[in-house]
Order: sequence, then C-alpha cells, then structure tokens
Amino acid sequence: MKIASFIAVAATATLMATAATAGTLDDVKAKGFIQCGVTTGLAGFAAPDNAGKWVGFDVDICRAMAAAIFADPEKVKYTPTTAKERFTALQSGEIDVLARNTTWTFSRDVNLGFEFAGVNYYDGQGFMVKKSLGVKSALELSGARVCVQSGTTTELNLADYFTANGMKYDSVVFDSADEVREAYLKDTCDVYTTDQSGLYAQRSVIANPEEHVVLPEVISKEPLGPLVRHGDNQWGDITRWTLNAMINAEEYNITSANVDDLKANSKDPNIQRILGVSGDLGQQMGLSNDWAYNIVKMVGNYGESFARNLGEGTALNIARGLNAQWNKGGILYAPPLR
Amino acid sequence: MTTDIQGHATGDSKLRDPRIRAVIYQIIVITIIVLFAWYVAHNTIVNLDKRGIASGFGFLSQPAGFGIGIVLLMDYSSQASTHLDVLIIGIINTLAVSLAGIVFATIIGFIFGVLRLSKNWVVSKIATVYIEVVRNIPLLVQLMFWYFAVLSTMPLVGDSIKFGENVYINNRGVNFPAVIPSSGFWVIPVALLIAIVLSIGIRNWAHKRQDLTGQIFPVFLTSLGLIIILPVLAAVVMGFPFNISYPDFGRFSINGGWSLEPEFLALLFGLSIYTGAFIAEIVRSGINSVSHGQTEAAHSLGIRPSMTMRLVILPQALRVIVPPLTSQYLNLVKNSSLATAIGYADITALFAGTSLNQTGQAIECILITMLFYLAISLLISMFMNWYNKRIALVER
Repeated sequence: MKIASFIAVAATATLMATAATAGTLDDVKAKGFIQCGVTTGLAGFAAPDNAGKWVGFDVDICRAMAAAIFADPEKVKYTPTTAKERFTALQSGEIDVLARNTTWTFSRDVNLGFEFAGVNYYDGQGFMVKKSLGVKSALELSGARVCVQSGTTTELNLADYFTANGMKYDSVVFDSADEVREAYLKDTCDVYTTDQSGLYAQRSVIANPEEHVVLPEVISKEPLGPLVRHGDNQWGDITRWTLNAMINAEEYNITSANVDDLKANSKDPNIQRILGVSGDLGQQMGLSNDWAYNIVKMVGNYGESFARNLGEGTALNIARGLNAQWNKGGILYAPPLR
Repeated sequence: MTTDIQGHATGDSKLRDPRIRAVIYQIIVITIIVLFAWYVAHNTIVNLDKRGIASGFGFLSQPAGFGIGIVLLMDYSSQASTHLDVLIIGIINTLAVSLAGIVFATIIGFIFGVLRLSKNWVVSKIATVYIEVVRNIPLLVQLMFWYFAVLSTMPLVGDSIKFGENVYINNRGVNFPAVIPSSGFWVIPVALLIAIVLSIGIRNWAHKRQDLTGQIFPVFLTSLGLIIILPVLAAVVMGFPFNISYPDFGRFSINGGWSLEPEFLALLFGLSIYTGAFIAEIVRSGINSVSHGQTEAAHSLGIRPSMTMRLVILPQALRVIVPPLTSQYLNLVKNSSLATAIGYADITALFAGTSLNQTGQAIECILITMLFYLAISLLISMFMNWYNKRIALVER
C-alpha cells in the first residue's frame, strides 16, 4: 500500500512538473516583483549606489518593466550574476529577465533557448592599455598578456582577432570584471579587453584614469540587450516593447518632465497611442493602457536613462555615437507603437 | 532468534517474519530511490525540451574558439581545437597542479610535523605558528593573498630579479631556459628509465645481501650516481641532441624559454602550504602514537637517532598517518578547483566555466567535470589503500 501511494504521489508530482508552465507575467504578478539578473557591478550599467540601491542603464530596463507591470519601478529584486552564471540563472528560472550587457548572438538566441528583446546598447570590443607602453594600435599587441572575463563573446573575438592578424597572445581568464581590473592594474597583464562601454566604465573607477588609453580599434559587433527564456511570447513581448517604448518616447520627445502635459494636451496620434490616450496597446499585452506612460513618468525615456547613467557629465562620459536615434546620426530605430 | 520463535508461535502472517520484513523494507527503499531518480531525470528532460535547449554530447566536437593561457603537452589553436581538447587541457592542468601540490604538501607536512616535535623551543614554536595560522585561514583567501598580494607585487618585467644569467623572476612568473628536443633525444629518457630500473634491482639485491651477511651497501649514493651519470652519458654519446632556448625580452613580456605562470605558482603555493599544515598535524599525531619505549629500545640497541626515526618510528607511524593522509590528498585535488578565482585554467575554470558558457550545455559539462573529480579521487584512494595494505602490520 505504501508503494502504491508513493507511486501515486510521484506520478502526480511528475505531472505537476510538466504542467507548471503558467505565464511568467502571471508568476511575476503573483509574487509582486520582477527578479532581474544584472552584473555583479559595472559602473553606469548596473552597480549599487552609496545607499546600496541598484542604479544604472541596465537596471533602468528592469525598473521600466516594473513600472509597466506594477506602476511602481521599485518592485524589482536584483540578482547579481557573473558572466558565467548569467545564462544558467535565466534557464533555470531563477531570474525572470536578464538585463546584463549581454551580446545578442545566434547561438545564444537559438541553442541556449533564449529570446533577445532588442538592443539597448550598440557596443564593440576594444582594448585598454597603459599609456606608458606607448602602444598606438591593437595591431602592435603581438606577444601581450591579455586579461579577459570568462564566458563572454569577448573571449571568442579576442582569439579570432589575434588569429586573423597572425599575432600571439597569452590570455588570463577571471570570473568577475573586478578581478580582471585588479589583475590589469597590478600589471599582471598588459591589456584589458572587453566591450568598449565596459572599458570606459572600468576606467571611470580607476585611480588615475588618464594613465590608461582605450585603443581605437573596435574588433567586433556587440549588440547588447535584455533577454528572456524562449517559449513565453507574452513575457518576451513585454520586455521587447518596454525597451521600444523607451526608445520611441525619446524619438517623440516625451520626457519624464513633459509626459503629464503631453498626455493631457498632445494632439499627435503617435504620442496619444504611446501614452495610452487612444488605442488599447497595453491591454493587448496583458497590461494596463498607461504602461508606457508609467515607464516614461517613473524611469524616463531612453535618452534620459542614457544621459543619467552613461552620458557626458557622468564619470563614464560616453558619447551617444551609434546609440543616437536613427534621425540623429545613430542606428537606434525602434518599431512603431501602433 | 527469539522473534523467529514468536513469529512461528503466532504463525498467522509471513509479514511478522523479520527476515521477510527486512526484504520488503529494502525493496521499498530501492523503489523510492529509483522513482526519485527517474522523476528528476524525467523532469530535467521535459524542462530542457520545453525551453528548446539542445542536449547531448555533440558539442564536444565543435571548435572551441577561445584562447587558453596555459597549455601543457598539447597543441592548441582556438580555431581548430574542439571542446574535447579543452576538456583534456583542463584535466592535464588540474593534474599538473594537483600532483605538484601533493608532492610539495607532503614534503612540507613531514618536515613541519617532525619539527613541531623538536626539543628546540624556537623550532617547535615556529612550526606551531605555521600550522595554526595556515590551518585557520580559508584557502580561497590564501590563494588571493598569494596571487594578488605576493606574486602580483613582484618587480615588473623590465626590473626582473635575475638569478645567474638566464633565470628571471617578475610579476609574470618565473622564466628559465628551455630544453628543445631534436632528433635522437629519446635516448636520454630511455637512459633515465634504465637507471631507475637498475636502482630498484640494486636495492633488492642489497636488501637480500644485508639479510644474509649483514653488510650494508650504499644503495642511495649508487642509485643517485646511476640516475645522473647514465642520462648524461647518453647525451654525450648522442652529441647533445637538444637545443637550449634562452628567455629574452620582448616588447611586453619575456619570450622564449620556459615560464611558470603566476596563476600556477599562486595555486601551487596556496594548495601545498595549506594542505601541508594539515599533513604536519597528521604526521605529528602519527609519530606521537608510537610508544616512547620503541625509541628507548632502539637506542639501547645502539641504533643512531636518525636511523631510529627512519627504521623504527616512521614505519610504525605510517600506519596511523596514511589513512588520514589520503583524505588530505583528495582535499587537495578537489580544492584545486578554486583555481578559477585566480585565473588558472583548470578543468573547472575551462570546461565547467568557459566551455559551459559558450555552449550552454550546463548539465553535460558539469556531469563530465563531476565524473572526472570522482574518478581521480577514487584512483588516489585505491592507490593509498594499496599502499596502506603494504605497510600495514602483518600479524603472524
């Protein structure tokens, strides 16, 4: 009898395991917050501030999603992940969304079972060296020792670039960006390589930033963006259109300062649709119609987030460059909200 | 037996027979375990499938595409080599640092274990301080200390500390001349092998002769002579079939020659010194377990103190030392996986780290890595059990 009842329990449990596929949105609403995977700390993108609160460009994606779902950007819990842990954390369901300057590649999209929601930062891999070495170009780096973070596309691009140019290198691989920086500063390696945004971020927290130079070569395309698990299209849509709403809001000059005014007075049908005055875009995704209004009001548009975390005037001092709107010389081009 | 009789007395149910009940309980336990394993496996497969994650071991033949800092005994190129090659390199690197670590930890452990029992107050206190300090600081912290605080603060390449003409020490490790084999080099290792076989033969012959006649033959010096002279002789006869590559300064680092990377050195120092402290305590307790009467008996027979230690005390102490020593060796091998914190390319950092991340095959990579550690630990256990049996007290 014991055996029979155990088999019954085991069978039920197995069935439950296969049936437990409620939508991520429902799960998130039920628990009352979004579990968001971020870096273990990269200034400007995701790092705790003096008060221990997570701030940054990637953090703003999570906050915007919380604003869209809960009308409260604080309803996010952050899981710091290393480059190595991040995918397992997302695959296993430990986090709901990964906003962690992650490069969109074929194998990650297809083979790892993820869905990239778009690109929030167009980046490229670069090299940082000490000025005292007198290196002017990455092509002079043959024979150098290169510090790199494990589990990144950076590791692969590095091998490709040096092989393609017939150069040799020694790689030293660390788990966290802080360890890489520490080893680079201690002169254990000559070169620090990662996405250029990461190099600027790391340089901003070094004691003497002017002694280090980022070489001009960009050796790869690194489209960074938030991603979710394959298979839950509704949740993928919410992530994708949260990002697109922020970009569209900047394109139509909707800012956190003027959003109330525009919602009340604007006659532009595009702005009316974005802010939920007309149409039912929010409801189609399972959210309220003022989802995009909440995003802009509580977090800001793409440009505001960029300026606050990365732009000129911050320690990183990164120009918009490729990340300017398509009509302002960049390649940021969000599909229309209609 | 009494229950048997009771069961027989009531006689109504086989379920009251304790032997049958024992069998039934065992069947229930095994069924539960099998069902649980099946449940976990099924759950995993279903969930992997649902998330569209490819599984299987096909990724092992895919090109790896990334660079590896430390490659021993193999040719590796990021374009041509596969994840299987990465696995093999990871295994070689783990074994290299583990074996070197075991040798050094044993030497350190035996020296400090004996020193701690020294009658000299200063010497024994130094050993005590070493053991107590090192045993009580987490290994990860010690590795960080060696890597970031000691080796990274060595002089820069340009101001390397020089030993003789061709050995350099700097914050990139230790550089020394390399021996590059040319044709005919194989004669030298063969000569070395012959010397070792001869030494073992001489040792056995000397033992027998001592048993018969009591005469002592200088086995150690003869063997040392053979092991040095035969390979040198082979090298001279073959006309020195190798080239020496000397380290020289390149633009960034020292090129040519052989080098020991700081990641390897930090891990080796950390593992040997940490495990050495535990082994020292094991050695001390082993020696203490041999009754002092043995020493007195040996001395009264006129055996010198050093011979007493080697021939009387240690053989008896080893019986106590070897079993816990085995678990220290196992710990050392497993602790080598902390390499990933200081950038040494061991199996955990390479295969369960980079390969896992680039391919997304988490379950497969972790499974293979676990099997490797299990296999290597069982091998060490088997060897140590064999050795333990060999030195165990033979009761007549």
